[in-house]
Amino acid sequence: MAKRKQPGTDLEPVAGNGLLHRRMFLRGGAVAGVLGAASLAQAEPLAVPEWVTKPGKRPQPYTQPSPFEQGVQRMLPDQNPLYEPGSASGRTPHQFLEGMVTPNGLHFEVTHNGVPEIDPARHLLVIHGLVKRPLKFTVDSLLRYPMTSRLHFIECAGNSASLYGSTAVKGSVQQLHGLLSGAEWTGVPLSVLLDEAGIDPKAKWVYAEGGDASSVTRSIPLAKCMDDVLVALYQNGERLRPNNGYPVRLLVPGFQGNMNIKWLRRLRLTEEPMQTRYETSRYSLLLADGKTAQFKFQLDAKSIITRPSPGYQMQGPGLYEISGLAWSGNGTVKQVEVSADGGKSWAVAALSGPVLPKMLTRFRAPWKWDGGPAVLQSRVTDDTGYVQPTRDALIAARGNKANYHYNGMTSWNVAGGGEVTHVYA
Amino acid sequence: MFMRKVLVLTALAFPAAAAEAPHLGQPITEADIAPWAIDIAPDGRGLPAGSGNAAKGEEIYVEKCAACHGFDGAGQPADALAGGQGSLGTAKAVKTIGSFWPYATIIFDYTRRAMPLNNPQTLTNDEVYALTAYILKLNGIIGAKDVMNAKSLPRVKMPNRDGFVQIWPGNLK
Ligand code: HEC
Repeated sequence: MAKRKQPGTDLEPVAGNGLLHRRMFLRGGAVAGVLGAASLAQAEPLAVPEWVTKPGKRPQPYTQPSPFEQGVQRMLPDQNPLYEPGSASGRTPHQFLEGMVTPNGLHFEVTHNGVPEIDPARHLLVIHGLVKRPLKFTVDSLLRYPMTSRLHFIECAGNSASLYGSTAVKGSVQQLHGLLSGAEWTGVPLSVLLDEAGIDPKAKWVYAEGGDASSVTRSIPLAKCMDDVLVALYQNGERLRPNNGYPVRLLVPGFQGNMNIKWLRRLRLTEEPMQTRYETSRYSLLLADGKTAQFKFQLDAKSIITRPSPGYQMQGPGLYEISGLAWSGNGTVKQVEVSADGGKSWAVAALSGPVLPKMLTRFRAPWKWDGGPAVLQSRVTDDTGYVQPTRDALIAARGNKANYHYNGMTSWNVAGGGEVTHVYA
Repeated sequence: MFMRKVLVLTALAFPAAAAEAPHLGQPITEADIAPWAIDIAPDGRGLPAGSGNAAKGEEIYVEKCAACHGFDGAGQPADALAGGQGSLGTAKAVKTIGSFWPYATIIFDYTRRAMPLNNPQTLTNDEVYALTAYILKLNGIIGAKDVMNAKSLPRVKMPNRDGFVQIWPGNLK
């Protein structure tokens, strides 16, 4: 029989500045023993609230969050009203969320000329170009195909872009990293529809077009389309939200968010990429020497601590849970480490399963804050062996003009008074 | 018996095989797709008939574009459409059509499908050629008298044409 440690001994630090062993959260008894101690002394009769003595509301046809959660909102850009709507975004409030799935109303979006109100009865998906039989599909016909459900993150390639800048923007995790969400997507594998149209052996790329007032277009490698791309119709069990592509969108797991074409209406198979505005003027990385890295599609492994994070007020010394998200566009999260001393020492965090490929993974680490200054960081390793770089290492490798694909570490400074802010460390 | 059950279950777990798809796509001809298929390839495939020059383009620009892109493409409130040449390798890189874009055909494709922002897909092909000529002239890439059409536009060599390095199927880490 394995030797069991006595309750409490797991509270020994495993890294500097109060980081405890992740096992602590896996063994409920020890935690309860320690946390419960403080609340013993109080003696006050409990109040009986009115929601126990009056009948509640009738059911509603579509429920809403509690009015007490009204602060949990997407962050909209304070953009120039002159060219409203133009390019606009809604950012996910990760500081308020838990688990791995983003609720549909809080899923991030970027739109380039507003959200179209598409009548599904008048929407079509056309497949043409280098195919044997050009085809058109109604939305109703797509709904009759055998469905596949998978959980995947979507991240805008411009997420976290401000961290390339020379000063640390004093923003929340939502403002800095909110162009990221995770959901369950259900739809038809694109390979099924491409096979039905009959792929010409000359085809190497699939040019996808959205049906909104900016007609966003991207070239996607055919090999990727035949591998794991979905023509998605459902998001977390219900039909797609208009903001996220209703009635039909592409889901291109692990690749730049912009390639997950929303309001999908046309796919043209081509020999060469089409060099669209969104794969030249935008979403290409300007390197230090002035050259531009084009068609860097994969979102490399990245992690962020969502709690504590800026806006969170620490409530005195004691035990806290550090909670965050890790993901990789190249595979599956293998390990997340957390530091409380600005990267000098690291503790392995617990992964809250299921840990799925190209999906957000929730990680947690117990931390005994002594009330003094601390710098919190996280770093992820994925199953390709890739380790998330520090900000300095990323910028040393590609310069600070790339604008896209920032996946270096983020540092949260916890001040002596308990205020949490974004810093470069 | 047991084996057969397992096989059936496996087939149901992966219902995506093409042979089992209901084949509900309806045939459509390229001619019927044409009103949607307005994409222009970098070699010029898809460019329509029509033409325009910078002088005509400037007239349209002042009326339909300058409010958002500024006079002479200087920008504000929306993107600048000119300037920045030679800046990409410096600390103050300015990315515009003139300094950054690898192909002139993208100007035609994007302007025709998405601009003006408040009224996309309302410009005639002649207007789009003229606006494209004007933007190229603003950037000093073509002359004031040069005419842009399906033949001449793909031949325009953009200053940063050789600045783009394709990463796929590799990765940049
Ligand atoms: C109501 C404002 C508005 C008007 C009018 C307008 N644009 Fe734009 N334009 C924008 C915005 C906003 C963007 C950026 C859109 C985005 O990124 O999603 C843009 C982007 C562009 C771009 C791409 C720039 C780049 O660097 O990627 C070009 C080219 C362009 N517009 C040309 C035109 C032309 C030509 C006209 C006139 C026919 C025009 N625009 C009229 C607002 C406008």
